[in-house]
Amino acid sequence: MTQAAEFQEQANLPAHGTEPDKGDWRKYFGFSTDHKVIGIQYLVTTFIFYLVGGVLATMVRTELATPESDFVSREVYNSLFTVHATVMIFLWIVPAGTGGFGNYLIPLMIGARDMAFPRLNAIAFWIIPPAGILLMSSFLVGAPGSGWTSYPPLSLMNGKPGELIWILSVLLLGTSSILAAVNFIVTIFKMRIPGMGLNQMPLFCWAMLATSFLALIATPVLAGAMILLSFDLMVGTNFFNPTGGGDPIVYQHMFWFYSHPAVYIMILPVFGMISEIVSVHSRKPIFGYKAIAYSSIAICGLGLIVWAHHMFTSGTPPWLRMFFMITSMIIAVPTGIKVFSWLATIWGGKLRLESPLLFAMGFISLFVIGGISGVMVASVPWDIHVHDTYFIVAHLHYVLFGGSVFGLYAAFYHWFPKMTGRMLNETWGKIHFALSYVGFNLAFMPMHKLGIEGMNRRIAEYDPKFASLNLLCTIGAYLLAISTLPFLVNVCWSWVYGEKASDNPWRGLTLEWMTTSPPPVENFEADPVLATGPYDYGMGSRATEVDVPFSDASDPALSAGPSSTLRAKPDPAVAVSPSDRVGESHNR
Amino acid sequence: MTGSTLDSAKTVLNHHPEEDVVVAHGVEHHDFRLLGIIVFLVAEGMIFLGLFMAYFTFRSVAPTWPPEGTPRLELLLPGINTAILVSSSFVIHNADTAIKKNDVKGLRLWFGITAAMGAIFLSGQLYEYFHLEFGLTTNLFASTFYVLTGFHGLHVLFGLMLILGVLWRSLKPDHYNTNSHFGVEAAEVYWHFVDVIWVILFLLLYIL
Repeated sequence: MTQAAEFQEQANLPAHGTEPDKGDWRKYFGFSTDHKVIGIQYLVTTFIFYLVGGVLATMVRTELATPESDFVSREVYNSLFTVHATVMIFLWIVPAGTGGFGNYLIPLMIGARDMAFPRLNAIAFWIIPPAGILLMSSFLVGAPGSGWTSYPPLSLMNGKPGELIWILSVLLLGTSSILAAVNFIVTIFKMRIPGMGLNQMPLFCWAMLATSFLALIATPVLAGAMILLSFDLMVGTNFFNPTGGGDPIVYQHMFWFYSHPAVYIMILPVFGMISEIVSVHSRKPIFGYKAIAYSSIAICGLGLIVWAHHMFTSGTPPWLRMFFMITSMIIAVPTGIKVFSWLATIWGGKLRLESPLLFAMGFISLFVIGGISGVMVASVPWDIHVHDTYFIVAHLHYVLFGGSVFGLYAAFYHWFPKMTGRMLNETWGKIHFALSYVGFNLAFMPMHKLGIEGMNRRIAEYDPKFASLNLLCTIGAYLLAISTLPFLVNVCWSWVYGEKASDNPWRGLTLEWMTTSPPPVENFEADPVLATGPYDYGMGSRATEVDVPFSDASDPALSAGPSSTLRAKPDPAVAVSPSDRVGESHNR
Repeated sequence: MTGSTLDSAKTVLNHHPEEDVVVAHGVEHHDFRLLGIIVFLVAEGMIFLGLFMAYFTFRSVAPTWPPEGTPRLELLLPGINTAILVSSSFVIHNADTAIKKNDVKGLRLWFGITAAMGAIFLSGQLYEYFHLEFGLTTNLFASTFYVLTGFHGLHVLFGLMLILGVLWRSLKPDHYNTNSHFGVEAAEVYWHFVDVIWVILFLLLYIL
């Protein structure tokens, strides 16, 4: 038996009869219900917001290059980091990972023609651009400046219009996220091709399932908090205002009930993508399929009961702190299972060290650092020491940038050929990786030390003794900003002039590679066939009972080609194993 | 293939389409909309759960609840309202039974009664609002009272509009029949949901 990829491809040979749909570029600006168009709409829109958030981050770092507040005023500085965080979380990582790659890949991976609710899908996308523009417009009336957490009573005290705009855009983006989650859950449960049980799904589908459940359960509670906060802000109720008998801690509980799971909403899809990429580019079966799949579900369940570890210094009673400390630390177990499984997959593999795998390995290394500092801050005494310092800033950026964004980049390099039919330039990809890896570590590694030494976050000025390390961080941030340019140029140039990609440039086994690049409108010419499991790389040398030839001149019905009888109801007379054959064939 | 992680007995190569349950003719794939509605209602339930939990916390943290000086809530009108809303859930179920027997007239009758009961509930609530002795910003209890009942009231209003929409559509001949009546089921499921939430709300605000 030959290689599994060949087997899977032969069983699903896409028809190249007509030139693949060149595509009208205008469809990307309209209300398309094609999940692939919507996926690309998500990715392009969110990437634009990523650039906006990046500009804001660069301004924050410019201000912090010196200890005095000399670049912008304190108020503007507050707005800068507030909007930076909101954009990066709600308009880039969440919608890019779930809406973007989820939409594009889930139906293809499970062999469906589209999502379960295509119109709902388009609505969920079209909520995002207005919400993003709304958030940006807040700069015209005085942007919100109380951090992305918007803790009352601080958030009730200054800049009402900006704060209201922030609440409205978060409500809109939350709605979009819930609608997308409903769609994913129904699609994954109901639209898989026959023969693909849950345990035959690619791991990205498992990750998206867990993510969607989290978004479905956690996001509404944030919406509830936003509704109450807007009443406090606009009508003068006192839900969260202690001067009127309210309780600001209730807001913190409601907010973190969403916003901690939001971390997993941002990282779980990336976990799924890394599982795909590591296996394909190491040419090895994924190590511990079920362990990775079920650990996603475990993270989903545990992720809902750890939120108060953000509130160890908010007067949380000690017994409750103990509970949340233990649950938070337990999360490291399913996460560790994933990390070790990826390492075991790479171990001894036939590595193809191109951009997707480079970014995936970059992801693993940086995410592990963020994960370990996460276990540190989960312990109450340590957290009390570093709460609201740059240690937290370092930790969260190692998880969200070193983790999520590096993973998203890996996914861009991996699936770009499928989405556009063109390859990305490899040299520029490597330059992009090197610049961002160095820039990232330069920008965020020193922040650990700054935080431990006591530099507070969210303040425009700092003690001059922190000046040299902060300058280093700023230089790293500039390098990180510059590192985006090679990627942008690469994508824009390759999309138009890049080398044509074959249907399956990475020799993958999952079903998205079993159609043309880019896929036709309803994804597959005929219903796809599972001839191998999603990660059966290099299993060809194992003993097999059945050997199906790919072409057989004397008896085409016996081969696994496109006209194979294996695709239809098997005729007992041409069963692949001679001992199974019954009766006389009608095809001979 | 022992070299594969697939269970070969379950793959398409060994799949017999004719063994699948045949769904209604002309339907391209199974109708997942009702499942979608139910999944969406999980999210809706979580908003209410979040607000209930906030209410519970306010209540348990406050030294006295409701805060001193809050007038006692009248129980008679809300009690009647509750009875009306709860019984409307049984009424709307009759419509579902009717349409499954292809009885569009029955559907219109029972949906009409449900809509009337919903409207009575809403007017009763508005009447209560105008006759209460506290306003939205009087104190924390008053605020939670108005926001919780108001948010629920909006849901009742939306459910009422769904019911009226179904009634409007049922005027078209054969729009709903035994095999195709997703709109009826969706409105019914939503109405049951709104009803259950009200029961919890009533217990929380008026009884406890």
